[in-house]
Amino acid sequence: MTEQNIALRSATISVLVENESGVLARVIGLFSGRGYNIDSLTVAPVERDRSKSRITIVTSGTEMVIEQIKAQLGRLVPVYRVQDLSKEGPHLARELALIKVVGTGEARQEALRLADAFRARVIDASTESFIFELTGATDKLDAFLDLMRPLGLAEVSRTGVAAIVRGKATIE
Amino acid sequence: MDGSIKTTEIMKSGAEAVLRALKDQGVDVIFGYPGGAVLPIYDAIFQQNAIRHILVRHEQAAVHAAEGYARSTGKVGVVLVTSGPGATNAVTGLVDALMDSIPIVCLTGQVPTHLIGNDAFQEADTTGITRQATKHNYLVKRSEDLSRVMHEAFHVAKTGRPGPVLIDLPKDILINPAPYAEPSSQPHRSYKPRTTPDARKVAEAVALMKRAERPIVYSGGGVINAGPEAAKLLIEFVRLTGFPCTSTLMGLGAYPASDPQFLGMLGMHGTYEANMVMHGCDVMLNMGARFDDRVTGRLNAFSQGSKKIHVDIDPSSLNKSVMVDVGIVGDATETLRALIAAWKADTHPQDREALAKWWQQIDVWRSKNSLRFTQPHDPGSIIKPQYAIERLYKATRGQAKETYVTTEVGQHQMWAAQHFKFDKPNRWMTSGGLGTMGYGLPAAMGVQVAHPDALVIDIAGEASILMNIQEMGTLAQYRLPVKIFILNNQYMGMVRQWQELLHGNRYSESYSEALPDFVKLAESFHAVGLRAEKVEDLDRVIAEMLAVDRPVIADICVDQKENVFPMIPSGAAHNEMLLGPEHKANSGGYNGGSVTDEGLVLV
Repeated sequence: MTEQNIALRSATISVLVENESGVLARVIGLFSGRGYNIDSLTVAPVERDRSKSRITIVTSGTEMVIEQIKAQLGRLVPVYRVQDLSKEGPHLARELALIKVVGTGEARQEALRLADAFRARVIDASTESFIFELTGATDKLDAFLDLMRPLGLAEVSRTGVAAIVRGKATIE
Repeated sequence: MDGSIKTTEIMKSGAEAVLRALKDQGVDVIFGYPGGAVLPIYDAIFQQNAIRHILVRHEQAAVHAAEGYARSTGKVGVVLVTSGPGATNAVTGLVDALMDSIPIVCLTGQVPTHLIGNDAFQEADTTGITRQATKHNYLVKRSEDLSRVMHEAFHVAKTGRPGPVLIDLPKDILINPAPYAEPSSQPHRSYKPRTTPDARKVAEAVALMKRAERPIVYSGGGVINAGPEAAKLLIEFVRLTGFPCTSTLMGLGAYPASDPQFLGMLGMHGTYEANMVMHGCDVMLNMGARFDDRVTGRLNAFSQGSKKIHVDIDPSSLNKSVMVDVGIVGDATETLRALIAAWKADTHPQDREALAKWWQQIDVWRSKNSLRFTQPHDPGSIIKPQYAIERLYKATRGQAKETYVTTEVGQHQMWAAQHFKFDKPNRWMTSGGLGTMGYGLPAAMGVQVAHPDALVIDIAGEASILMNIQEMGTLAQYRLPVKIFILNNQYMGMVRQWQELLHGNRYSESYSEALPDFVKLAESFHAVGLRAEKVEDLDRVIAEMLAVDRPVIADICVDQKENVFPMIPSGAAHNEMLLGPEHKANSGGYNGGSVTDEGLVLV
């Protein structure tokens, strides 16, 4: 094997699927059955009539494995299109996190200052807690959470990544 | 897609719509077993004559029978079973068909829609259980989806890389009236398999092959699946190029075994010449095979010096285990036609001199006669299993009837693949990918149903045959004159062989204790039982078996200690083949330790 084949890379894959019962189970079953990683997965209908859903999967593996993942996804019957965003030019990837920080005094004020710097919105507050809403790339969310940890980070809910190619090209 | 289908009529029940759809799909026979959830379909079957139902004795056998039917005819095999245990019993057959790319439509009954999820009697989450066991599956929840799903299932099963498709049918859907629409010519919304090869890649492949000095064509089950035309084109291409040709277990028969350009099967128990050619070639054309681990041996030692061209209808087969230089997605028939045209169009001269030298080398390898065995002929000598197959093959050649062979799984399967020569496609049915013991008898049943006048033989082992022996009842009921040729060595032979070679002769649980008397067993199932114990009995028993127009079990008592050779041990390379018992080193290891701990982990 050449070095390129062993080197791991991360891939963001968009899958446009028929919005039918069991389709998500097919995709997840494929990943677990064949031993592929899922770092993040999001899914929601994207057509007005809800006939199609878009699944965004962040995965990692060797180049050979990622090509396999795409080919395996492509042969599922309800799959319209598989797009490897990490390969098809520049793309945007965002996720949203709701972050609960519990504390009082200086720590609480520091949390609020940092939230402001990160453009996180306060969507709930009590005398002893904040809930921040933060949208951004995965590493931005990670950085913010690292900062919150010593300041009373109590609970996190993240959506996983949604992603799209820049410019006028579309998945279809 | 449903929006544009014209509803032609309302059927009085979903069950009738199901039968109508089967008829419109050209189905003439289904293999099944009744039960509560599918009673409406059985009632509809009772009231018509267009479709014949074959009652099996176990649902697994229904699927294998449908596989035998499908492989020997090129049509879709159809299965009908009930909910719960009916469906779960069918799962092994479905996975078998998935691994070997066999087109099957399996109809399962389900509890009524309002009871789904309630743990009702004979309820199982059939679509959940079979999601990874099928190419695709459906649960019909609305009557208006029924006929579309039925037609779509056939389309998905037989196009692209074929496979099993399951339709789960709740009982209320089968009872309630349902609109029926005929098959639509509209393309599927999302499923669009590619069959036409990329012309640029075809030209690239031909350019490689024109310059080849040591070429090989490695053909697989895809050529069989593509239909008889693909096999014809394969012969044309191989003759045109003068290349040697080898075949996988699944591909046997596509290229005639009796042709001098054929090197025999390759892989773990393939011929010496086939594996040496794979190891030493400079250009390899993989036509519809999938670089299975039984074929490649140790991957990092697999044919390292060659440029590889891989043709497969399934894009996920390309670069799955072996990286190739030219990957072509396409149907075998279309691609072979394109390759032949491109070969003729490419004016670059072929290096015939190099090719002649390659053939000289091949002849040297061939002269090892790697399938040789020694059969003592003194009266009373024990029968060698290879000899039994060879005599059976010779005897069938004299028959006016077409001969079809199925097998179970194990040593007998490998000996059949090595010593029974197939000159036509669709004559050889074996469980290759999943390796399902118990496949052969029901598969033979399905073949005999499809070809009532043909000679159908299940080459079996005494352990495998017991896994679906209940189907003797089906043979009797439908007067299917299947011949079951048991190579009886009183061991699970392949397990015993591995234990001998890899586990220090510790024959753990591989001895077939308390075997039935197969002659009496045959008789109790209204069949003919025969036995050969000594070499002088063999030809007589074979002749008698072939002469009887009834089901026969021929119990051939063979050498218990015989092993299948050649053998590429797990984790070894193609050029590290064991040619015979003389290569066997001390127990627990091979040949100076070519079976490493790593190899031992492999199956």
